[in-house]
Amino acid sequence: MEIVSQAQGPVLVAQVMTDRIDAAAAIQFKETMRKVIEAPGNPVILDLSRVHFLDSSGLGAVVAVMKLLAPQRRLELAGLTPTVDKVFRLTRMDKVFVIHAESPRIRAAG
Amino acid sequence: MTIVARPETPAGGQSGLSLTIASDPLAVRNALETVRCALQMDDVPDDTRSAAELVLAEVMNNIVEHAYRGGSGDMDLHLRAAPGGIRCEITDSGAPIPGGLLPDPAPGQTYRPDDLPEGGFGWFLIRTLAQDLQYRREHGRNCLSFFLRTDNTNEAGGTVAGQ
Repeated sequence: MEIVSQAQGPVLVAQVMTDRIDAAAAIQFKETMRKVIEAPGNPVILDLSRVHFLDSSGLGAVVAVMKLLAPQRRLELAGLTPTVDKVFRLTRMDKVFVIHAESPRIRAAG
Repeated sequence: MTIVARPETPAGGQSGLSLTIASDPLAVRNALETVRCALQMDDVPDDTRSAAELVLAEVMNNIVEHAYRGGSGDMDLHLRAAPGGIRCEITDSGAPIPGGLLPDPAPGQTYRPDDLPEGGFGWFLIRTLAQDLQYRREHGRNCLSFFLRTDNTNEAGGTVAGQ
């Protein structure tokens, strides 16, 4: 599970580089995010623009990361692709997360 | 519409897609990829394809986690074109669903931020996206069947009448 992260001002941006957060990847996702959020930054914006599939295990893992951050820090989402968006809407989790339509760009170093 | 991936004896005059899948999350992922490609080749609309992928993922993951409880086993998936959609059947030799009844979790209308569920979404997604969901235990096997509409996917979270 590759997640690229970058501080952008007060915000920590984390972009998931793999195209699925499914049952086979959910635990890895959670463990990698646990390391990513050791860096400071609030909110943490999770960029899902490369993720084309997320099942209920993946959704549970995203919720788990939100809980790891709470109550001091927030997890926000960005760049939901259609299938991922559908999962958040159907489960009404779209009401729980702040969801940004545009994903923040990870800037090249320098 | 014909779903073609592996030749098989036509059932009821229509060909379908049959897969035997090991009870393992990576095997489930590969099977979903096969299904996605087959549906893409058949010009199944994006909405139906993503609904199919989601429902099948949830059903197969349940089999891996609950029917086989992480142990070895396999499941047979059969998809077949039917008027207005795709008929799906999936069987496994794992433990029966407790009480012989499919879980029917009520979706949260609102969630409290300090009390968010991390699970229980699977059956809700299955029940929302699939129609005519039926479960039976037969000859020591679980058999789950359902229908996925291609003409009008149900996204509102309500039930589709007149199926």
